Amino acid sequence: MDSTYFQYLDYAIYGSAVLVILIGLYAALVKKSLLKIVLGLSIMEAGVNLLFVALGYLKGGTAPIFSDGYDPSQVMVDPVPQALVLTAIVIGFGVTAVALSLVIRLWRHHHTLYIDEIKNLKW
Amino acid sequence: MKKVLVILLLAVVGFYISETFFDIGFGNSHFVNNEVIKPVKDTYLQQTVQELKVANTVTSIVVNFRGFDTLGEVTVLFLSVTALGSILYKRRHHVGDRSVLFSASSIVTAGSKLLFPAIVLLGTYVFIHGHLSPGGGFQGGVIIATGFLLMLLAYENYSVSHTNLAIVESLAGVTFAGVGLLGFVYGEQGTFLENFLPSGVLNDLFSGGVIPIIYIAVGFKVAAELTGVIYTVLNEKGEQNG
Repeated sequence: MDSTYFQYLDYAIYGSAVLVILIGLYAALVKKSLLKIVLGLSIMEAGVNLLFVALGYLKGGTAPIFSDGYDPSQVMVDPVPQALVLTAIVIGFGVTAVALSLVIRLWRHHHTLYIDEIKNLKW
Repeated sequence: MKKVLVILLLAVVGFYISETFFDIGFGNSHFVNNEVIKPVKDTYLQQTVQELKVANTVTSIVVNFRGFDTLGEVTVLFLSVTALGSILYKRRHHVGDRSVLFSASSIVTAGSKLLFPAIVLLGTYVFIHGHLSPGGGFQGGVIIATGFLLMLLAYENYSVSHTNLAIVESLAGVTFAGVGLLGFVYGEQGTFLENFLPSGVLNDLFSGGVIPIIYIAVGFKVAAELTGVIYTVLNEKGEQNG
């Protein structure tokens, strides 16, 4: 594969990660249903994680694992963003779980998930 | 109108984010080759294979180099599970009432009974071999929790004891923090979470010092917490239908 193809691939990977972030942000801003807003936040988080892992990639790099039969001459991709993303995924799970429990609580009180139907701020 | 405004806003945001990242470039080294200033990745890769004798660099970063960070992460997970339980708490608690009521077919029940031990075994394998192969405590814990989810979906009256989950979770947390504290006593430098056990041979199951111990504790903790979340949410009965 020659270098011009690689150049397009650069745009494709970063661009699709940014696109995933924007889709999530759109859902969080425009949608009225609380479930869709929480989903949008999750999608945004996935996009950020994708961007982060892509940032650590090195051309021709292998996974940063020294198992049997690895080639010492080969470069390895940056393991630091991968470790950070591992943390971010777990934190994202916690955030989503708490957000969904708040949604359940709102449903219990108002019997609706649409934010424009929840008018009173008192519980 | 609102949608047009939002799309305009997103276009501006997306343009500037992607422009920044296109400037960085994909797949290039982000550092000028310099003997004095090296990227932190080089130090991590070197120390992982030479001093710690751990095959998986991501594991050594998560558990050893950034171990304190992982302790904080596990604390955040614990906090979110506690918050979930307290937000969904109800005084009138019906034991055994499920929000999702359905009768699974006999194929599903028999199949999940067969699959459950295999899933738990796979999860255990993943977190025991976290320092040798891709995987680790968090991934293995999630796999075990999916096994419990399968059982909870297949059997209507399958229940998990919250007391046992709390015991497993607390013991795992105490193990993590206790191993960290032992570094004060037995470590060469006497720092928190220091690796005080011998490193062993690269690619051995018993290698890497305290890293496998901590990852096994993390695996148990994550499995217990995620099972607790699934069980709490599945037993949540809205007032609408009950």
